[in-house]
Amino acid sequence: MKKTIAFCLLFLTILSQTLKAQEKDLLALVDDGKKPHEIVKNSFKSIRVINGHSIEFLAPGTMDFRILHRFGLFNQGPSNFWGLDQASMRLGFDFGITKNLQIGVGRSTFQKEIDGYIKYGLLRQSTGEQSFPFTLALVGGITINTLPFANPTINNYFSSRLAFYGQTIIGRKFSDVLTLQLSPTIVHTNLVPLAINPNDVYALGFGGRIKMTKRLAFTWDYFYNFNGLTKDLTYNPLSVGVDIETGGHVFQLHVSNSAGMNERAFINETTGSWQRVDLRFGFNLSRMFQIKKVKK
Amino acid sequence: MKKILLIFGVCCLTVSTKAQSKYFTKTGKINFDATAPKSPENIDGTNKNSTCVMDSKTGEIQFMVLMKGFEFERALMMEHFNENYVESNKFPKTVFKGLIDNNTAINYSKDGSYTAKVSGKLTMHGETKDISTEGKLTVKGSKLIISAEFVAILADYKIIVPQLVADKVGKNAKIFVDCTLEPLNK
Repeated sequence: MKKTIAFCLLFLTILSQTLKAQEKDLLALVDDGKKPHEIVKNSFKSIRVINGHSIEFLAPGTMDFRILHRFGLFNQGPSNFWGLDQASMRLGFDFGITKNLQIGVGRSTFQKEIDGYIKYGLLRQSTGEQSFPFTLALVGGITINTLPFANPTINNYFSSRLAFYGQTIIGRKFSDVLTLQLSPTIVHTNLVPLAINPNDVYALGFGGRIKMTKRLAFTWDYFYNFNGLTKDLTYNPLSVGVDIETGGHVFQLHVSNSAGMNERAFINETTGSWQRVDLRFGFNLSRMFQIKKVKK
Repeated sequence: MKKILLIFGVCCLTVSTKAQSKYFTKTGKINFDATAPKSPENIDGTNKNSTCVMDSKTGEIQFMVLMKGFEFERALMMEHFNENYVESNKFPKTVFKGLIDNNTAINYSKDGSYTAKVSGKLTMHGETKDISTEGKLTVKGSKLIISAEFVAILADYKIIVPQLVADKVGKNAKIFVDCTLEPLNK
């Protein structure tokens, strides 16, 4: 009998011990195991990979003030300070309207061109409930050349100044380190410079990022032009660079064969060749402003 | 044999009473302030969906916050908080597991305000450190209102503040807890 009691007591002690052990995690009692739906953010440090749009969206109520510079060719040598004597620039303002809608305007030195776009996130890469594996964004843009007409003696139309582009961006942040995206693009130019230039140019963009540290990432941005290249005159734009985040600013420093800073310019009119080392230094400087305060 | 049954009965009884002594919330408010002295802007965030569970019988009290649930005045702060400081993808949760040391001095069946001495372990950014603080516990009907304030040294949790922003982001974070708990019927 004593043995049985002793055994029972031992059993009870073990039981109470396990009960205690279970109680250690009170939080598990209210954990319903559901993971909240969460959009994957920070696929890129910036809304542009380098030249092209990225799958990243601005937060609603924020404005991204962007200053872009593209310098002259390195192979101009020391008398032009390896191209740094000349700079072409674009000033841009981009706005986050809702979490899936972003608009932007800019003006470039080259051709005194004004550009604007709307970008909409149709599908967003997300985790948790109703997760989705990639982001699909749509971009529609317009460029307006504001140079005086080349031949003022003929009848010139305002529509001749315009070009349009449409783009689909499909991208995925594979990990905190790696993000890749593809962007099929069509550029329609109302008035092309030469009769051999097509009005509709089809291109496919390949962009990506490898994040090296919390504040430093390696990026590349390439567009393959299917039908718009003129032999020995225009080339596919390839830019490689680094994104540096300093806290308030993001610096995108890069080397590229392109000087264009909007879709029409860098897809249609990249005149440098990587083979001939017609390369130039450029940077994008991004400064974020909160326009609408977030309610706390 | 009777004795054994008695012990078993008592055991069952304590288990069942224990189950009714628990309180919880999933909408607790926890905010932090890591503003450096003389900083031109406030570095603070609020999480309004913190989980807190406590057992008035044992005095055990536990908190859990999802780091991505902190809201900030500026979107960029939120991005930097998640990406650069607490690394929310790697360490999504911050958990505190502790005990009310003077639990016997609190009468949970009578309305009133008590000082609760709490000590326990805070796990944040993959690092666990001991924390002890004094909070206020108010019994109001079937609800418990708890509030507390303590300081976490960021370096203890390997949260690195670069020199570049040291004039804005401080070395410590003041953490404020404000939760209203309801009985947990489980």
